[in-house]
Amino acid sequence: MFPRDPLPRVLYIDLSSKKYWVEERKELFEEFIGGTGVAINLLREEVPRGADPLSPENAIVLAVGPFNALYPMASKTVAMFKSPLTGNLGESHAGGRSAIAIRLAGYGAIVVKGASDIPVWVSVHGSKVYFRDARALWGVRSTHTVGRVLREVEGGHGFRTIMRIGRAGEKLVRYACVVVDTFRHFGRLGLGAVFGSKKLKALVVVGKGSVPVADKAGYRRVYDDLYKRIMGTPATKKYHELGTAENVLPLNELGALPTMNLKASRFERAEEISGERLAERYLGRRVSCAHCPVACIHLAVLREPYEHEPYFYKTTFVSYDYEPIYACGAMLGIGSAEGLLKVLDAIETYGLDAMSTGVALAWMTEAYEKGLVTEKETIMKPTWGDYASYLKAIEYVVEQPNEFYAALAKGIEHAAKVYGGADFALAYGGNEMPGYHTGPATHLGFALGARHSHLDSAGYSYDQKMVGKKVSVEEVVTYLLEEERWRQVLTSLVLCLFARGVYTPQVVVEAFKPLGWELSENDLREIGKRIHLLKLKYKLDEGFSFDQLRFPKRIFETPSPHGALDPAFMEQALKLYRSRVEEDLKSLEAAQRE
Amino acid sequence: MVKRVSVVDVDLCVGCMMCVFACTRRFGEGGVSKSAIRVASIGGIERGFTVIVCRACPDPPCAASCPTHALKPRKGGGIVFDPAKCVGCGNCVKACPYGALMWDEQSGKPIVCTYCGYCVNYCPYGVIKLEEVKEVVAHVP
Ligand code: SF4
Ligand code: SF4
Ligand code: SF4
Repeated sequence: MFPRDPLPRVLYIDLSSKKYWVEERKELFEEFIGGTGVAINLLREEVPRGADPLSPENAIVLAVGPFNALYPMASKTVAMFKSPLTGNLGESHAGGRSAIAIRLAGYGAIVVKGASDIPVWVSVHGSKVYFRDARALWGVRSTHTVGRVLREVEGGHGFRTIMRIGRAGEKLVRYACVVVDTFRHFGRLGLGAVFGSKKLKALVVVGKGSVPVADKAGYRRVYDDLYKRIMGTPATKKYHELGTAENVLPLNELGALPTMNLKASRFERAEEISGERLAERYLGRRVSCAHCPVACIHLAVLREPYEHEPYFYKTTFVSYDYEPIYACGAMLGIGSAEGLLKVLDAIETYGLDAMSTGVALAWMTEAYEKGLVTEKETIMKPTWGDYASYLKAIEYVVEQPNEFYAALAKGIEHAAKVYGGADFALAYGGNEMPGYHTGPATHLGFALGARHSHLDSAGYSYDQKMVGKKVSVEEVVTYLLEEERWRQVLTSLVLCLFARGVYTPQVVVEAFKPLGWELSENDLREIGKRIHLLKLKYKLDEGFSFDQLRFPKRIFETPSPHGALDPAFMEQALKLYRSRVEEDLKSLEAAQRE
Repeated sequence: MVKRVSVVDVDLCVGCMMCVFACTRRFGEGGVSKSAIRVASIGGIERGFTVIVCRACPDPPCAASCPTHALKPRKGGGIVFDPAKCVGCGNCVKACPYGALMWDEQSGKPIVCTYCGYCVNYCPYGVIKLEEVKEVVAHVP
């Protein structure tokens, strides 16, 4: 690493004592690069085993990596924490201006610990940290409003990130998100509730600095090469034009779009909520994360007349992506773009995770159909496609007016324990399922991935390549392991995963050189493997067990593009995966003892 | 004829800051601390962006405000900067009605656009372009 690179500086913020300090962690960054690799180590250092995720013992680790601020599409920040949704490893990534601001404020990671006695927001301006009284902001209904207020009172316009929670985080909904800047999120696994439990309403970081490199000419050369590659790849065009919403129709066509709680894998009204339809009728603006030329963020414009005032319109911008369309469109049977956008706007306003919320409401609807819960519990009448009643339900999830909603706010795995309906509770390791019913690999990935995310190992992409071909247990397990391990490298740099096609191992090796950092492809792969194992070890230490892993019965009932999934195949794959990682863990431990 | 960076159509801007990073990269660094161009949202990214860069005034008020002539009018429009003469008073920053002069915290001096056009090469959406400064007759009473 170049000696003058500020990356190894870790900023610690203690909310209990309202103190902050910086530690130099050069060895840690040299060994684990940054991002995911550094964050898992800091999490293990900070959070005692068995800690309650909503207690002051939990910590929030935000980590960036060496490529942030240096290379295009290195635009993400990794958040690690103990998840209040799963009670285990919490990891979520967000873009916006977060990574650039943290890196250019002169830090490689920020650790927020303890809990405040009163609501606060914390702002980091370069080397100074301010604790500000947020009592007046607590209880404000909309995350948009909080953003507006902070934009006015904080400096650093254009060079800052504003992370904040909404009512959902304050009310400790276990899948509350943190809204980053506008329309980006630490969405999954409940970081918003961790903020809420610490009485941390917002975190603002302003960074205006720069990062020196060892070889300036080499740096510019590598940069130009990357820029050319990015602008030349078809993926860039795809993400810029229709965005991830482009996937709605092909997945529907394939019979892989989970619909109405995966009672079906095709949605007859998919056309209405497709990327094409949204782009033609509603798209208002496309924007980008800082230092990324792709601009995949799609904002729809919702124009609604005011009831009592003729010719007055409320114009709302709503961001959409494939996953929210799946969870709040197809899964709820909502086949109207306008209805979908209203639901997404409510979710953004309250600061919820769109995926978990949609899947939770879908489970509730089926539980209601099956008579496991009645209107006494649900208050509204859950009906597929009726977005207006789902808007009510979203409010109830946040405010939790009765025991049922208090249970639902803890996630569907929990709710199904209380009310039944585990067979159709689409969650893995406690995390509500992402939007792919493409075949065996995707579900194995959800089950086995360290954060139970489609982004752990992208099994959906493997499945799609293999449609019509025979998939072997051996091959699928090898793919999942290799992919997840390489991704640990990408998210330690920290790159947007949409850049994975451009940043091949060889390209990453070349890009490290001007930074005065020599790493071979083999070194990188070894680091990726170790990070993966450390995450797994964390999970096992916190009570995760392969024996308790379950595949929701529903996934075997609804055919996928690979036909009906075979439980025996899934069990075999699980066993093989388990034996491989257990062996790896043993050799890791042996190596550590030496 | 001399050149300047002009903002062709700010509504095409996606706020990627590729231009901002390019400007600091002229010095072989990654970041924004040496950038003479700035992009910020106009109150939330959904409302769009503003791109701020020196527009090469024919009769530049920033230069007029400089007590040491470190900042001087360039022939044909715009300014040239001689850091050796700059005392870091910051008058120029206040004098520019666009806020187009940034401040270099390290050197304690303004960051002045050199009209090199490097940033333009990295704007993916054709928002900015390098063009010749058109003759504008300055109003001299
Ligand atoms: S810095 Fe401002 S005042 Fe000076 S020439 Fe540029 S735009 Fe005009
Ligand atoms: S023209 Fe050159 S100096 Fe001016 S903003 Fe662009 S890159 Fe910077
Ligand atoms: S590079 Fe172009 S699109 Fe990106 S911020 Fe600059 S002007 Fe806007």
